[in-house]
Amino acid sequence: MSLLVPDSGLLFWMLLSFGVVFIILAKYGFPVIVKMVESRKDYIDQSLDAAKEANRQLSAIKSESEAILAKAHEEQTRILNEAAATRDRIIQEAKEQARMEGQKQLEEAKRQIAAEKEEAIRDIRRQVAVLSVDIAEKVLRKNLDKKQEQMAMIDRLLDEVVSQS
Amino acid sequence: MDRLRYVMVLLVCFLFAGTAKASGAAADENGNVDVKAIVFGHIGDAYEWHITKWGDKDIIIPLPVIVRSQETGWHAFLSSRLEGGEEYEGFRIASEGEHAGKVVERTSSGEEVRPLDISITKVTFALLLNSVLLVAIILGVARWYKKRTPDAAAPKGFVGFMEMFIMMVHDDIIKSCVGEKYRRFAPYLLTAFFFIFLNNVMGLIPIFPGGANVTGNIAVTLVLALFTFFAVNLFGNKEYWKDIFWPHVPNWLKVPVPLMPVVELFGVFTKPFALMIRLFANMMAGHSVILALTSLIFITVSMGPAINGTMTVVSVLFCIFMNMLELLVAFIQAYVFTMLSSVFIGLAQAEHEPKKA
Repeated sequence: MSLLVPDSGLLFWMLLSFGVVFIILAKYGFPVIVKMVESRKDYIDQSLDAAKEANRQLSAIKSESEAILAKAHEEQTRILNEAAATRDRIIQEAKEQARMEGQKQLEEAKRQIAAEKEEAIRDIRRQVAVLSVDIAEKVLRKNLDKKQEQMAMIDRLLDEVVSQS
Repeated sequence: MDRLRYVMVLLVCFLFAGTAKASGAAADENGNVDVKAIVFGHIGDAYEWHITKWGDKDIIIPLPVIVRSQETGWHAFLSSRLEGGEEYEGFRIASEGEHAGKVVERTSSGEEVRPLDISITKVTFALLLNSVLLVAIILGVARWYKKRTPDAAAPKGFVGFMEMFIMMVHDDIIKSCVGEKYRRFAPYLLTAFFFIFLNNVMGLIPIFPGGANVTGNIAVTLVLALFTFFAVNLFGNKEYWKDIFWPHVPNWLKVPVPLMPVVELFGVFTKPFALMIRLFANMMAGHSVILALTSLIFITVSMGPAINGTMTVVSVLFCIFMNMLELLVAFIQAYVFTMLSSVFIGLAQAEHEPKKA
């Protein structure tokens, strides 16, 4: 069978063409493609890892920020409470002070009023005395128009002085 | 669905193109069709590329004949010079005898000898054409990658398809069959796969430039098998050679009569031989069956229009089926050749002794 006998010419050409094809493709063809596909695969793997890492970091940051937020909230509550307490205390103190001040002013006023009253009483007394002296003078002048009466008066005064001493 | 219909119509057209060719090829004076001549004429080789017969005119692409005579040195001329058994510069195509169908030289002493013949025959021409096509396709695809960095998006369209195809062969066949040291052999195995696949597929296209029976030619498969043979044996490690000459069998099988070493050594040659025959026989058989089915139309011409009409329908349907099947076979044979080559290479690379049952 001629079919089963390899033809030498064809053998030569096949050897040549397959050899050339093999050399060209083995050098410039397949390795380029395979290398690129594999490096792309690596790149995708790396990207996945990086994304996973980023995700992990993000979740860590998130929980951290949540913790910070919760802490801040707590702090805020504490500060608010403290502020409320301080306010209450200040108001209380102010009230107390105001009360004391009022008391003090009241007392002062009372004292002043008392002093003024005293003054007024004294004044009145003085005027009463002046008036009584005036009145007494007038009475006396009226009573002592006459000589004997004047004398009687002197006598009586002298008596009084004598009896007193 | 529309596309499928389009493909079907195209396929039928191709089939009729093929039938037209067959009708022109061989019919004897009684009008009977010589199927054997058609089939063997196709699956064999030829010095010119016969495309079809248009009326009485053969449409032929003449191909260069390159021969080296013992007496007169190199000769190169177109095969159209030798058409119809004519003699040119002392050469002619023998019509019978030992060298039937080949270029022979009439020496000065009158006897016919076969010169050194490296003509670009039909198969050679198709081989070169397909090689150029393969290089163009793969380098074209590789060019896409050269212009980009790994962070570029994956390719689409044809490049994407080729990437998927190449990586399928690379990962599923080569990586899994060769084992750890697959990187060294991947370029050869990929080249072998796509070389065989492209030649198989081109062989299925019925008209020029396809249709040549390249991978169904034993010289082609012989070279492919030789490459695998050298890849296995030149790169085989110590364990591999030890397994051949001192296998793990009871000692009486090795000394005094080296029975198992002989069997193992025989196996070294039968493995690539089987590769050669498998690819050759499968592709040749596929071409033969399709041609025989097409010839059915012309055989039944003499049996009347009713049978002829029925058989034409049957023949076309079967041809469609066979073409589909051959498309599958084209892939499977490339796959099997590459896979078995990978397995043989992988076995010659195995580091630790495989446990034998």
